[in-house]
Amino acid sequence: MSKHSEESMEAGVDYMTDARAIAVGENTPGCKKRDPIVVAENVTRTFGGINAVDVEYLEIPRHKITALIGPNGAGKTTLFNLLTGFDTPNSGKWQFEGQSIAGVSSYKVARMGMVRTFQLTKVMGKLTVMENMRLGGSDQPGERLSKALFKGMWGSREKEITDQANVLLEKFKLDTKKDDYAASLSGGQRKLLEMARSLMVRPKLVMLDEPMAGVNPALTQSLLDHIKNLKAEGMTVLFVEHDMNMVRHIADWVVVMAEGKIVAEGPPGEVMKNPAVIDAYLGAHHDVDLGDSEGIKALEQELVADEESIVGTENAGIIAVDVVAPDMQETIRTDKDKA
Amino acid sequence: MDFGFILASAAGELFSPTTAAYALAALGLAVHFGYSGLLNFGQAGFMAVGAYGFAISTLSFGAPFFVGLLIAVICSVLFALVLGIPTLRLRADYLAIVTIAAAEIIRYVVTTNQLTSVTGSANGLAAFEGGFYSMNPFPEGDYLGMNNRDFFIRVIGWGLAVICCVIIWLLMRSPWGRVLKGIREDENAVRSLGKNVYAYKMQALVIGGVLGALAGMVFTLPRGAVQPANYGTELTFFLWTCLLLGGMATVLGPVIGAMIFWVVLSLTQGILYGLIESGAVTWLTTVQAGQLRYILVGVALMLLMIFRPQGVFGNKKELAFA
Repeated sequence: MSKHSEESMEAGVDYMTDARAIAVGENTPGCKKRDPIVVAENVTRTFGGINAVDVEYLEIPRHKITALIGPNGAGKTTLFNLLTGFDTPNSGKWQFEGQSIAGVSSYKVARMGMVRTFQLTKVMGKLTVMENMRLGGSDQPGERLSKALFKGMWGSREKEITDQANVLLEKFKLDTKKDDYAASLSGGQRKLLEMARSLMVRPKLVMLDEPMAGVNPALTQSLLDHIKNLKAEGMTVLFVEHDMNMVRHIADWVVVMAEGKIVAEGPPGEVMKNPAVIDAYLGAHHDVDLGDSEGIKALEQELVADEESIVGTENAGIIAVDVVAPDMQETIRTDKDKA
Repeated sequence: MDFGFILASAAGELFSPTTAAYALAALGLAVHFGYSGLLNFGQAGFMAVGAYGFAISTLSFGAPFFVGLLIAVICSVLFALVLGIPTLRLRADYLAIVTIAAAEIIRYVVTTNQLTSVTGSANGLAAFEGGFYSMNPFPEGDYLGMNNRDFFIRVIGWGLAVICCVIIWLLMRSPWGRVLKGIREDENAVRSLGKNVYAYKMQALVIGGVLGALAGMVFTLPRGAVQPANYGTELTFFLWTCLLLGGMATVLGPVIGAMIFWVVLSLTQGILYGLIESGAVTWLTTVQAGQLRYILVGVALMLLMIFRPQGVFGNKKELAFA
């Protein structure tokens, strides 16, 4: 464990409620953090003349949940690949917990405690869910050829790994599926399995590439809680996500990328008010949560005020209201009745 | 037509040393492709390395049997390393191309006339099996209708096959085997979990290659001769047939596949020859019938791929090309 985290452990800080400032000084793109876990400098990657990633300076705060957002093609996933050793940058250096990991191969990066998931989910379809999970277990002596033949040398560790996997599977509501082949899982369940599997490594930094894509709304809430709880267990989370509500609910810090560069950084509330971010990425009505029962009404009120919108004009109602939101129709009716 | 004779010779193929050799080599392919996803189209090359490594060290250097065996195994390990170092970082297809080429290179090198004093060129090498048969503990006599030499090579060949099957089974149920199966499905995912994929693939390539070399020796000892023509690409494809017949990601599959392969060949040969000799079939010569057998094996393989793609023992849910 690094010096930093030991200090904060000693201070008895609860990472869930730690409200100290994340940045040192102003919240500008590339600002210094109080306690960074990853520091990247001048990392660039070009694909045939296009600067996919051109990050001058970036620090990821430790024990926080950082969201990496930005339009498609902004270089978010490429940055993930570069940081985790799955791709080699044209230039730059970066370090993890004070140790330079430039040019270190991806499996070593993972062993150091920086574990990622993939945007296109990678589960081993022809292994069972449990075997998938066990594959993530670390320090299994039976994974060495010299010891693999003798079950006595790895059986006890295998039991520990299985117990660890059972706990995680239960958390992610996959415990009933544990003997099924992973190929039989739905897209959302595969996402969950991949995330659970990455936690089997007991990482210090979890890097999630679009963890919510394809996960049903009922599960989203519990998944959000899991991600939040990772912080309580002393982990740091960095995730790429397009769902702004998720970003708003769980992120402590938001980094915005566009065209390979970091264009804004800061706490979610602050970043989402940044006009540059709204123009480049969020769009005008980003702050309405349509999943929320009040959200649709709020959006309607906002749209009535918006000149470009058809809501509140003669053309209103082209979208079938009864299909989109039947309860809305009722409220409209009751409103009319009252009138 | 003498059905008793046809069935007896087909049953004899079940436990022939050649079947044991095919089973061992196909087991090597199962380690390569079935468990690790490595496309090796040069298993005949590994067999040739084993056979020639043993024959040359015995004949040219007068090495005793076990030294020759060790040299053959070391040669196959080196062969695997030479193939693996440049290709295992690349996609699976590259290994396929390189292995098929390397196996042909081996065959052409040993056929070269300039090397006749060492490799015997196209005629190959002979009379290197003395050290092996001098260890025969069985006195002369009749063993289930075989002489003591034939019985000895069967015992050793199948003994070796059983030992190798047990070792591979133990390896594949271990966490090591689990990592290999993970690599078969998605290398990058395994890498992201902190496993050194390259090292695992190399280990798998070496283990399968050593099985191939052992198979080469079991193949060549009862013949008492090693000839380059025996190690052509068709041998590799027969091995693949055995593997697909039995089931790819299984331990018993390659063994049963090899048995089925040889029994079917023997049965079709016996029946076709019988029909020709009895005059029931007039439009075929015995030479053509010999060729027709392989066509029938091909047809059988096609039917198998269509109706039971996982092979005899395979698990359909683990099908590699589903």
